[in-house]
Amino acid sequence: MEIDHRKCVACSNCIPVCPMGAIYMDTAINRATVNLDECVECFTCHRGMSKEHLNPTIVRTIRGFLRLLRIRFDPEPDVCPTDALTPQVLSWPRIVRQAFSDPLVPHESTGIGGRGTEEVKTNDVTGRVTEGEAGFTIEFGRPGVGVRFRDIQKMTIALASLPIAFEKKNPVFSLMTDPSTGMIRDDILNEKVLSAIVELKTALEHLPEVLRVVEDVAPTLETIVSIGVSTRCNAQGDDLLEALLRRAGYIFYRGKTNLGLGRRPEKQQNPSPVLM
Amino acid sequence: MTNTLHRFGAPDTLRNDYIIFAMPARGINEEGAPEKLQRFLRMALKHQPVNIGHAMRGGLYRASQNLTPLAHWRRHDVVDPEELVQAIDACSTVAAVFDNPTKLEAFLRDLRAADLGISVNISGLATEVHGCCRRAGITRHSVEYSLGLHGDLHRLPERHVLELSTMCGHGMISHNFARKMIDWVKEGRREPRQAATYMARFCSCGIFNLTRAIRILEEARIGT
Repeated sequence: MEIDHRKCVACSNCIPVCPMGAIYMDTAINRATVNLDECVECFTCHRGMSKEHLNPTIVRTIRGFLRLLRIRFDPEPDVCPTDALTPQVLSWPRIVRQAFSDPLVPHESTGIGGRGTEEVKTNDVTGRVTEGEAGFTIEFGRPGVGVRFRDIQKMTIALASLPIAFEKKNPVFSLMTDPSTGMIRDDILNEKVLSAIVELKTALEHLPEVLRVVEDVAPTLETIVSIGVSTRCNAQGDDLLEALLRRAGYIFYRGKTNLGLGRRPEKQQNPSPVLM
Repeated sequence: MTNTLHRFGAPDTLRNDYIIFAMPARGINEEGAPEKLQRFLRMALKHQPVNIGHAMRGGLYRASQNLTPLAHWRRHDVVDPEELVQAIDACSTVAAVFDNPTKLEAFLRDLRAADLGISVNISGLATEVHGCCRRAGITRHSVEYSLGLHGDLHRLPERHVLELSTMCGHGMISHNFARKMIDWVKEGRREPRQAATYMARFCSCGIFNLTRAIRILEEARIGT
C-alpha cells in the first residue's frame, strides 16, 4: 500500500488504523507514509476507511488555518478525506503478504479467503479429524503482531520431526519445499504477513508431545502463537480431548463447536450401481 | 481460518458473545449453497442478532466509498440486512453474532428443523454452547478448543485493547485504533456506541459484537 502524497492532507487518521503500525507521519514532508517493510498488504486502511473525495489544497488550507487558531479539529476517525490510500501492483514474493493478510483474497490453493482451510468446521462432511485424533491449528502473528516466514519455519522444522501429518490443503504447506523437514521456500522467508496458520493432525496419544514442542519453540519467535486443538466427538457428543488437555495443565473455556448439521449429497453417500 | 476462536477475555466477559456460522464443504456440498446461506441468515434475523455478515461480501457495518462532508454529522450506520442477504451469490461463510444464549438456543431449534445440510459451527464459551446444543436437541459432532496465546507476549497491548481488537479475528481492527477509541470514550469525544460502530466497519466478515464492545468501552471509560 502506498499513500499518494499529492492527495495526503496529513490528517493522521490512517496512522492508528494500520494493524502493523506501518503508517507514520514523515515530518520532513508533512505527509503520511507507509513503511513498506512492515506493511503486510492487508488492505485494512484502503478497505476499512471511508473515503471522501475532497480537494486536497482546500482541506490543507482549512486545516492549517484552524491549527493556527489552536482549534481542535474533531473529524470522523475512520475517514480518508482525499482518498489518498493507493494499492500497489504486487508481484512475487511480495504478493504472498496480501494472500495471507487480506481475508478477501482467496488463496489459490484452498479457494478460501484468509489464512487456513475449513479445518474442523466442515468435519461433519469431510471426516478430516476422527475420534482418536487431534487436529491442530497453530497460528502465528495474531493478534496484531505479524510474522515473517522465517519464524514460521522454525516451528515447522521442529514439528516435522514428530509423528504428525501436515494438512496438505493448507496455504503454508503449499509453500514448503520439503514437508518431511518443514523447510519453507527461501525467497519468502523474509516476507511479513498479518498471520498464518500451520495445520496438522496426530493421534491423541501424541498430543502432549506436540504441545510441548509448540510451547518450547514459541518463546524463541518474534511473534505470538495461538493454539487451537480439535477432535471428533463420540455418539453422545462428548470428547476425550478436554480431559487430556486439562491433565496436561491447560486452562481453557472458549471453543468452536461443529453441530453436525452438514452432510454429503445423497449421490455421494450411496453411489448408484453401475448398469452393465 | 480460526478467526472466531481466539477472542480474548475472561469467561465472564465472554458470556454475551456467541458467533454462529454456516459454510458448505468445498467441492462436496456446494450445490445450492448460496440459497441455503441466505436461508440461514434470514432465520438468524428473526432472533435479533447483533451483527451478521458474509466472509466475502462484508457485514452490516461497512466503510463508504463516497462520503460527503455532511456525513460527519449524519452518518448512515447500517446496511439493510435483507440487502446483505440478497447479495450472497457465492459459497463462503456466513455468520450471525448473538449476545444472548436464549436467542441462540431458539435459533438452534429453527436450524435443526430446517435441516439445511451444510456445516454449522458455534464459537463461544464451550460449556455454554454445549448446554444450548443439548437443550435444542443437537449432539455435537466436533470441538476445537482455544489454548490461548504463547510466544513473545511482551508484544501484546493492555486487556481492554486486546478484548476489542480480537473481536475481528482477521486482525482488521488494530490495537492502536482500539486504544484510540477507548481514549475518545474516556475523553467524552464519542459515546461507546459510536466508537464501537467505527471499529465494526473494519471487520470485513461481520463478526464484531457491538454489545460486548460497548460494555468493554464502558468499563474502560471508568477504569474497571
